[in-house]
Amino acid sequence: MSDLILIIVVTLIKSILLIFALLTAVAYTTLAERKLLGFFQLRYGPNRVGPWGLLQPLADGIKLMFKEDVIISQTDRMIYILAPGIALAAALTPFLAIPFADRIAPDVVRVFGRDWNLTNFGLNKGVIADIDVGLLFVFAISSISVYGVILAGWSSNNKYSLLGGIRVSAQMISYELSIGLSVIGILMIAGTLSLTKIVEAQSGMWFVVYQPLGFITYLTAAFAEACRTPFDLIECENELVAGYHTEYSSMKFGLLQLSEYAHIITISAIAVTLFWGGWQGPWLPSIFWFVIKTCLFIFLFIWVRATFPRFRFDQLIRFGWKVLLPLSLFNLLVTGLVLIMAQ
Amino acid sequence: MLAIFFVFSAISVISALAVILNRNPVKSALSLVVCFFSLGGLYLLLQAEFIAVMQVLVYAGAIMVLFLFVIMFLNLGPEGLKERRGAIISPGASWGIIYLLVPIFLSLLYAIHHPQAFTGASGEYTSEAIAAAGGNTRSIAMVLFSKYLLPFEVTSVLLLVAVVGAIVLAKKRL
Repeated sequence: MSDLILIIVVTLIKSILLIFALLTAVAYTTLAERKLLGFFQLRYGPNRVGPWGLLQPLADGIKLMFKEDVIISQTDRMIYILAPGIALAAALTPFLAIPFADRIAPDVVRVFGRDWNLTNFGLNKGVIADIDVGLLFVFAISSISVYGVILAGWSSNNKYSLLGGIRVSAQMISYELSIGLSVIGILMIAGTLSLTKIVEAQSGMWFVVYQPLGFITYLTAAFAEACRTPFDLIECENELVAGYHTEYSSMKFGLLQLSEYAHIITISAIAVTLFWGGWQGPWLPSIFWFVIKTCLFIFLFIWVRATFPRFRFDQLIRFGWKVLLPLSLFNLLVTGLVLIMAQ
Repeated sequence: MLAIFFVFSAISVISALAVILNRNPVKSALSLVVCFFSLGGLYLLLQAEFIAVMQVLVYAGAIMVLFLFVIMFLNLGPEGLKERRGAIISPGASWGIIYLLVPIFLSLLYAIHHPQAFTGASGEYTSEAIAAAGGNTRSIAMVLFSKYLLPFEVTSVLLLVAVVGAIVLAKKRL
């Protein structure tokens, strides 16, 4: 019984800390994007609120909270209200299976005059739930995140929103296959689906060295799954007003935006875990390596947004099926051949 | 454990009923997603993590997205179903359903109180055997790629035929 209490308490503490850290990170990713886009375009970016504009996310949050929440009478009310919540929850949930550090607590902790052994059930590890099928879990939940966008678009009862929703479902169906196939190479090398074991298997060499093509196909498909430029057709301003969130206002709009950035962070963290050695790295504590690598990927997302123009929708679908899917299949074939020869 | 089982099974039964009772096709599809999630939860209770995650990944994550895509394309609203409002089922059919449901309900009650009468002898794949073999995923893969290899490969040919057939039917100029 005391074991059960220990698991619940420790997991709760870890989850609360992680959610707090993640939401802060999401808020500051929005600032980073505006700042960096400013620099890329030779502007200053936000610099009025606080030193270097550092309090801007806070000001944005307060503004969104106090704006009028317009709910159009012709919406499907329940789904309209539910959609932003689904989007954010599905974007944050994968983090519970991603190992963000080696170990974050000593093996034995003395609380209330009793020694609590944290090594049982891996409670001192830097991961909330060390799931056996962690990789599949992460992809399952992030494939759910598309529902937030589809439902937001459908329930708004607006043709531009609906078009955004239809586009995201077509995009998701096309790119989900490539994203799944591109990580199978990792599975074949590591021989496990557990994310902690995949990270441990990279202590010698990061998997990006063995899987360069897999990494490129994963990253491209990930950009499409996060609906970022050059694949952000669901909200492309020149065709669809604002796409799926045209009819949203106030904090519901804020939640949809937050979920988009949370999705970027999650996808970056998955890329780091699978291809760039997760928390592995010399000198610094493991959690720093994880954060640094993830930040580099977030920077890449913003860099690409500042650099590339948008695809046309038929180009997007054709690219997904005729280029990315054959490439990831080819990668699978080569990986399999090499592994058989190496045996 | 039993309490969690009842929660998940109640959710799955209620959402499955919502699939057929909702007049709005999008909401029916969403109820089906909820149903798949609770089925995933039931698989987890049986310590079948791989099948649980696959249930969510394939059914909720891919197939239902495709369904929603088609429903939204056809723009099916609740309007098209209005003329059928009134009695959902005829009185005779409802009596038939009651005659059908009562024995099922009674046998379920009996099963809950006498589980050993229904489960029978346990097979080869007990949870201990699976743990010794190196986990759920590995055991499934071992069986799938050795004993059931031929059906597995034939299924892929079947899917290929379906893909080719769909393209032939849908594409105007080949």
